[in-house]
Amino acid sequence: MPTVKKMMYVNRRAPHGTGYALEGLEVVLIGTAFEQEVCMAFIGDGVYQIMQGQDTRAAGMKNFSPTYKALGDYDVTRLYVEQESLSERGLSVDDLMPLTYEDEDDDWAEKPSVQVIVRKELSQIMAAQDVLFNF
Amino acid sequence: MAIELNGKTYETDEEGYLADLSQWDEEVANHMASEDDCELGDEHWEVINFLREYYEEYQIAPAVRILTKAIGKKMGKDKGNSKYLYSLFPYGPAKQACKYGGLPKPTGCV
Amino acid sequence: MLHTVNKSPYCSDSLRLCISYAGKDDAVLLIEDGVYAAMCGGNSEAILQGAEVALYALWPDLQARGISEDKLVDGLKVVGYDGFVELAAKHSKVQSWL
Repeated sequence: MPTVKKMMYVNRRAPHGTGYALEGLEVVLIGTAFEQEVCMAFIGDGVYQIMQGQDTRAAGMKNFSPTYKALGDYDVTRLYVEQESLSERGLSVDDLMPLTYEDEDDDWAEKPSVQVIVRKELSQIMAAQDVLFNF
Repeated sequence: MAIELNGKTYETDEEGYLADLSQWDEEVANHMASEDDCELGDEHWEVINFLREYYEEYQIAPAVRILTKAIGKKMGKDKGNSKYLYSLFPYGPAKQACKYGGLPKPTGCV
Repeated sequence: MLHTVNKSPYCSDSLRLCISYAGKDDAVLLIEDGVYAAMCGGNSEAILQGAEVALYALWPDLQARGISEDKLVDGLKVVGYDGFVELAAKHSKVQSWL
């Protein structure tokens, strides 16, 4: 059996101004087919990707923010959000979508996927990964 | 490419998926199925409607393993397995049911 | 002159430069990712403080990014696409800070 690698997708861009966020999200979803240990980090303007209440109808764009809610189904259950990036932007965890996953090992209990942590802690988690992708 | 049916034109991509989700109706679903020699019964519709609801909520068509798991959770283990789903949609449950449901090709199908 | 800024203030110096160059009869319109500067409470608020120009943000772009009206900085006006056209018509020149 091939060894399972720890993979982190680092999201650094705002959602709608460029294609990075949507394409990065698609890579994450497609990549889950390889059954690796996947997590995501949201730093810098990347924290804007999971902001609540995005409504793109008037702007005439596809709203892919609901797709982050499917990450739990794809077994992506750890979404690290950097506290410093939130604070710099005047945001708190309440401004973010309440993303959750269902824990198969705990009678499908619904648990939060978003973990707000400080940069120092996130950098340690980053250092423990085998593979990193930056979008 | 396009499907002409009852005086209506449905634009499709090169693989036969509808270009515009809002154009979808049951007639075009039945037509696409009949082209594949498949007749849509209640059990097919159960899966197609499930996929359409999933798309509505998440804005993606799920990969087959996600579909199988989600169907199992909603409709029970006897339906949430590949054998049952492949018996309904032999060309691949997610791809084929998405196509009939007017949805894009599933995300995460490798 | 009408200035438009379409970059996030956290990723680009467009807004800072634009504000420092804009004259007092000018207008600055935040569009696309530029509208993140319209949110109150963030570090970028300091860039707008003391700016003498009229400040606008495009509503469809705010809405797309989940920025509700109660989170906007003071003194900023929200406009729709029609307001964008009016601003462009009112000013003889438009500079896009890309």
